[in-house]
Amino acid sequence: MVKQKHHMSKDELSVNIVGYVVIGLFALVCLLPFYLIIVASFTDEASLIRNGYPLIPTDISIQSYQLCLKNPVAILQAYGTTIGITVVGTFLSVLLATMTGYVLSRQDFPWRNKFSFFFFFTTLFSGGLVPWYMMCVRYLNFKNSYIAIILPLMFSVWNMIIAKSFMMGIPSALTESAKIDGANDFVIYVKLILPLSKPLIATLSLFSALAYWNDWYNCMLFMTDENKFMLQYYLQRILGSAEAMRIVAEKSGMALPTIPLESMKMAMTVIATGPIVLLYPFVQRYFVKGLTIGAVKG
Amino acid sequence: MKKKAETKKYKAPFLKTVKKHWMLLLMLAPALLYVIIFNYIPMTGIVLAFKKYQYAGGIYGSPWNGLDNFKALMISGKLGQVTRNTLLYNIAFIFLGVVCEMGSAILLNELTNKYFKKTAQSFMFLPYFISWVVAGAIMYNIFNYERGVFNHILTWLGLNPFDLYNKPAAWPPVLIFLKLWKGTGYGSVVYLAAITGLDQEMFEAAAIDGANAWQRIRYLTIPSLKPTMMIMVLLAIGNIFRGDFGLFYQTVKSSALLQPMTDIIDTYVFRLLIDTGDIGVSAAAGLYQSILCLITITLCNKLVKKVNPDYALY
Repeated sequence: MVKQKHHMSKDELSVNIVGYVVIGLFALVCLLPFYLIIVASFTDEASLIRNGYPLIPTDISIQSYQLCLKNPVAILQAYGTTIGITVVGTFLSVLLATMTGYVLSRQDFPWRNKFSFFFFFTTLFSGGLVPWYMMCVRYLNFKNSYIAIILPLMFSVWNMIIAKSFMMGIPSALTESAKIDGANDFVIYVKLILPLSKPLIATLSLFSALAYWNDWYNCMLFMTDENKFMLQYYLQRILGSAEAMRIVAEKSGMALPTIPLESMKMAMTVIATGPIVLLYPFVQRYFVKGLTIGAVKG
Repeated sequence: MKKKAETKKYKAPFLKTVKKHWMLLLMLAPALLYVIIFNYIPMTGIVLAFKKYQYAGGIYGSPWNGLDNFKALMISGKLGQVTRNTLLYNIAFIFLGVVCEMGSAILLNELTNKYFKKTAQSFMFLPYFISWVVAGAIMYNIFNYERGVFNHILTWLGLNPFDLYNKPAAWPPVLIFLKLWKGTGYGSVVYLAAITGLDQEMFEAAAIDGANAWQRIRYLTIPSLKPTMMIMVLLAIGNIFRGDFGLFYQTVKSSALLQPMTDIIDTYVFRLLIDTGDIGVSAAAGLYQSILCLITITLCNKLVKKVNPDYALY
């Protein structure tokens, strides 16, 4: 919307004042917890115990990070696993969503509606957690296998629908003329359709990468080998065991060993969240654009 | 004789289509295989709800036990509680979610300072990027009795500290807030996209006709967002008996004290399966949930189709 440089009328002014106050406050509320975690992670443990989590940084210390990184093997391993799974999983899931979406977007494919409903029906009815879990554990042998994390997040009907509706916007004449030139369907998909679908690919990649990076659920269900933990589940375990230690110490009246549990918990949270948040400013543009694509289908 | 001819007539195009589009079918195969393995075959696993699960027998070999699992579910007395919680939380999430998302999209659109708008939007998006593990840790950081920031502020104001983790009644507003905190930035983009797609001349004409900024929002923007809103709400209602497992699991943890106010069907099914290993009963609870979902979405879609077919999902 083009705003003219005129003096705002009273009502426009009042809308803007409400807008700045409400949006400003909400944005602050969204940002504040991140600030608190970061400040706490850099605060001296003794000060944390004595004064609580601070609003304003005092007694700055990097001891928690030093301790977290003193024995970095476990953290680096979790990082490696998470990055590897995110890259492979994102690639496969984007491939699957766009390939399926393309087939279902083809107007000359007579069964497209039947197959579309075959996929869509899975969002209407499901067997529930138990049969799915049994399938994964008993019949596919998922325990402690990386496939257990890649497969469950690999195909999403919603991503497929986004892909399909995006590709329906590509003129079908393109496909037809390529067919006349003798290209087969797969070649058309790879060489013609995919290059025209960059915003779609960016969006789906982001959705998938986020899902894989933030996964703790599948890791919790299927992984027992500590060497194969993903970052978020590793964090969950650390937070849980730190809390357990604190409760035991409190109930037994024994002093805790001199590990700075509280600030270490915060440091771990920062370490596990860091990369995806740092990535955020770079991908934000595509993200909003891509979501818009998703919304067009509406 | 006639029948035979008919089937023959029917089969010919089938084979012809397969032959003509074999490459497309091949491209479709991985996804088909995926939903067959992870969705359709597990659907047949609902028979477990009527079986006494034995490890040796597996899903299909275990003996039937009729409605015993459902009886156990009834006797546990939990079903009503978790269903109520799931339903009420989701109603709050849907209603307040729409209000916050639409509200912030409309306000963002009205802001004149582009730079402020962009920065605010980035901040609002941040919570969407973190996992529920981190969100749970953040929440604990704020509401923890001994060291939380919240109590820090209360004490500073001279008020009594507040122990959230011992007060089940205080959880619904906190969880609703957390859910809105995490999802509003993301959800508002959908509405913002819809607003940018609107015909700007309509707004200019309204301004010339003397409609003030509030009236334009009230009589133009909001009504034009109705189709988007209807679809978002409909999609959400279809899942009204399905809870956000991560939200509840990572914040409540395994606190039995908080369960009356925070236990939802999903956490209940999960506990039955993983903690107690009560596979038959857990499957029964899962089936109960799936059937509730199917009924709601079907009814809802029928209703919407009647009112306005354009809004229907399928």
